[in-house]
Amino acid sequence: MGSSPSLPAWEIRNLVHTTGFTSEQIEILHRRFLHLTDGKPTMCRDCFDNIPDLECNPIKSRIVNAFFDRRNLGLQSNGTVDEITFENFLTILSFFQHMDENHAKEDLEYYKMEKLQFLFRMYDTNGDGKITLEELREIIDELLSKTSNTEKTSSSIADAAMMEAANICVGEMEPDQQYDGITFNDFLKIMQDIKIEAKMHVRFLNMDTTAICK
Amino acid sequence: MSRCGIWISIFLLSELLAGGSPLAETVSDPEAVERSNNESEPWSWVTSSRQPESKAIQPDWSPEQKDNQSALADTLKIFSLDYHHVQVPFEITLWIMLASLAKIGFHLYIKLPSIVPESCLLIIVGLIMGGIIYGVNERSAPVMSTDVFFLYLLPPIVLDAGYFMPSRPFFENIGTILWYAVVGTMWNVFGIGLSLYGICQIKSFGLKDISLLHNLLFGCLIAAVDPVAVLSVFEEIHVNEQLHILVFGESLLNDAVTVVLYKLFKTFCVMSSVRVSDILVGIIKFFLVGFGGLLVGITYGIIAALTTRFTENIRVIEPLFVFLYSYLSYLTAEMFHFSGIVAIIACSMSMKRYVEANISQKSHTTIKYFMKMWSSVSETLIFIFLGVSTIGDKHEWSWPYVCFTMIFCLVWRAVGVIFLTFIVNKFRVNVVTTKDQFIIAYGGLRGAICFSLVFLLPDFPQKKLFTTATIVVIFFTVFVQGMTIKPLVELLEVKRTSQAPPTVSEQIHIRFLDHLLAGIEDICGHWGQYYWKDRFENFNNKYLNKVFIREHHLSKSSIVILYQKLEKKHAIELAEAGQLVGAPSLASLHDEQTAEVSKSPVPSEHFDNIQELLIRNLYRIRQTIPSYSRHTLPQGKNSSQAKEIFLRRQESLLKDDGVLNIVQRRSICVAGESQKKGKLARSLTVGGYGGNKNNSEHQSPKIPKSMSVTPQQPHRTEWINEEELEDLQSSNETDIYQNREDEEKNNTANKMPGPKLKLRFASQDKIENGL
Repeated sequence: MGSSPSLPAWEIRNLVHTTGFTSEQIEILHRRFLHLTDGKPTMCRDCFDNIPDLECNPIKSRIVNAFFDRRNLGLQSNGTVDEITFENFLTILSFFQHMDENHAKEDLEYYKMEKLQFLFRMYDTNGDGKITLEELREIIDELLSKTSNTEKTSSSIADAAMMEAANICVGEMEPDQQYDGITFNDFLKIMQDIKIEAKMHVRFLNMDTTAICK
Repeated sequence: MSRCGIWISIFLLSELLAGGSPLAETVSDPEAVERSNNESEPWSWVTSSRQPESKAIQPDWSPEQKDNQSALADTLKIFSLDYHHVQVPFEITLWIMLASLAKIGFHLYIKLPSIVPESCLLIIVGLIMGGIIYGVNERSAPVMSTDVFFLYLLPPIVLDAGYFMPSRPFFENIGTILWYAVVGTMWNVFGIGLSLYGICQIKSFGLKDISLLHNLLFGCLIAAVDPVAVLSVFEEIHVNEQLHILVFGESLLNDAVTVVLYKLFKTFCVMSSVRVSDILVGIIKFFLVGFGGLLVGITYGIIAALTTRFTENIRVIEPLFVFLYSYLSYLTAEMFHFSGIVAIIACSMSMKRYVEANISQKSHTTIKYFMKMWSSVSETLIFIFLGVSTIGDKHEWSWPYVCFTMIFCLVWRAVGVIFLTFIVNKFRVNVVTTKDQFIIAYGGLRGAICFSLVFLLPDFPQKKLFTTATIVVIFFTVFVQGMTIKPLVELLEVKRTSQAPPTVSEQIHIRFLDHLLAGIEDICGHWGQYYWKDRFENFNNKYLNKVFIREHHLSKSSIVILYQKLEKKHAIELAEAGQLVGAPSLASLHDEQTAEVSKSPVPSEHFDNIQELLIRNLYRIRQTIPSYSRHTLPQGKNSSQAKEIFLRRQESLLKDDGVLNIVQRRSICVAGESQKKGKLARSLTVGGYGGNKNNSEHQSPKIPKSMSVTPQQPHRTEWINEEELEDLQSSNETDIYQNREDEEKNNTANKMPGPKLKLRFASQDKIENGL
């Protein structure tokens, strides 16, 4: 690993302000960013291929897409961008910060919503605001791709999951009523018990990027 | 009436047991009688009566009995009583019977178990029994020997705990658990020991003769939280999973520390002087005990997993291997003076995953129920013996010592928990809240392990004092703390477990999150918890599964496992609810898969014939479906729908293992049931389509085509289960039968053969078109 240009202090302060990381974490992440992009200032999708462990991950493409998703980056439109800057990188990673109890209740609520939105967008690939059966099936396919399973298993599991969702969200349905897909509110209802947002964090403390130079 | 009957029988049993001992004594040699009075060989009437059995063969009988014998030899007795012969197993069985009847007795009073935990009630029964025996015999009751406790009564409980330990929360909190277990126990030991020594220094109490080492030894055995007591109390209060695993994990793992310290101090007590090197040896021993137990356990676990790979043809003894290997690991660890509890837990946790993939469903059920039964019996016996052993003349009361012991136990535990939690919270993300801390401190119950350790003490003058103090502390914690913890939990509004049944979507989301977090950690370059977990899983999938799991039982994701489990459960519920007539039992179905290969396979050329047969004779069903809930049966529908559900479920069961031959299944189906049922489909219109008529154009008109992999129609999905067919089909490997739905038309309710086959995506129009 060559010499990595460090960020100017004002920029670090700016980033601390916008993303909520500490300056130490930002420096570490910046080094990592440069390592992944080979020194370039922006990151494209291919940069993620440098990470060998990520290859084994069944949902790798979704994760990579999440980094380039406009909605996650705070941009108003849908679709994806092709390259992201370091600030975008940090923005995405900030979804995985841990919100401890010290913050105000509204803040906690806000962050919880943000995390769940992020998760929802990962499920909902076409961006129509609903997780349809197809999308669910794709997710299950990906999740089960590492173990030996067939399509039929995943489709029946998807059906089961959709039915459970329908059950939770809608209750008794009329014979002709259709359940189109899981909307964000339905998603919230399902996630209520699981408390996923409490688990959705990564500790950014002891990262040693030099050890993973490949 | 029944209640009285139970209590009368319990009373009679106790009389028998009380009276039985003197009966045994009179025919055994006098040495045995003496031994039974000696405390250090408790329950000697068990051990001693074993010897008379062998001695009875030898001509060692007293002269008058010889005369009797010769006199009797001339006449043939019609009826003779030889209690001696069966004494030992007879009395053991009676004790177990007493314990079990007592348990029945409690549960007859519905309200009682909710107020008073079972452990307390059992101790009370034991006290009564002990009182009766003491009153009858004027001598100390047979006391549970430490060997019996540690070798026979404790392992089933620990095995049960280890086998059914939820591994995810356990490993997520392992750091905290070890912190509490190791550091916490040591804190308690030294705290209690040293402060009791300080108390002994006060002249007015008259306890000056208890040395520091003795106090430390006492502190050692009284400080350990007991898993048996914790388990029996906590399983009634249902606190949230994290809290439960913290307390419970601590109580299990502190065994390693307790074993080391206890043995260490015991040795120090008899040694003339203690050098610094001995202390260092002690520290090294601690690591040895812990890791040695772990190693022994994992070794046996691996061997067990390997063994079950080859048990395909002898399913009947599969459960036995689980028990044998676990018990062997315990005994091996005890042999080397490692921690047996750690060994048995490591063994059961490491073998569980592979064993469950290899064994049959029946074996799985057998293991589960045997374990629960044994651990329940053990636990009951332990508490009863605790009560029985209390009555006797081994006590020496000393107000200051006993009271201060109790106070110090509580105080040091509370201070320890607060202090340790303060430190550990800096490293934890999900902090241990104050309420949690209170429950952890309050839930530090002492139990039978302390009691047995006290009996293991070498004989020195203060032993009786220690015994009394131990018993008082145990009684206090079990009775007072055990009874009040439930109201406290409700008062403090501690988070309880969610009683909701597990759902497939939950599992999906959890798995998704696992992978997501592992991915993010990879991207950040952070080797965190998820990273290592991910790596282990990959390693497991690549190498370990191939070694340990039988060939066709490939690894399944937890989503699939849960899904199949839920399906089976629901199907069983339906079957039990009597909704089905003449359906074969699931278990027999599941097991027959290999046995049925011999039946005539259906060659592929008949495939089309069968297809037509099915199409002609399908059981048509009504299409109506309101939302279908997995967890509630539709109310007031006709039973055919329930049958549908059941059959659909059975399908998914048969889909197990992924490589089943369609032939086998079909033959099962044909063989298995008397009444033929049609495949039924329940249509859940998920997606855009509501009506049926307008879809016909979109769907493939030809039936065989539609039998192929269901076109991923974006709409109109129905609950479908399809089997995969490995060898029959050339092109698409899936053999799909078709199903018709018919809303308006009359059902030509013909039954079709081989019903449990597929259901599929279909709309009625497609079927109509296909026809």
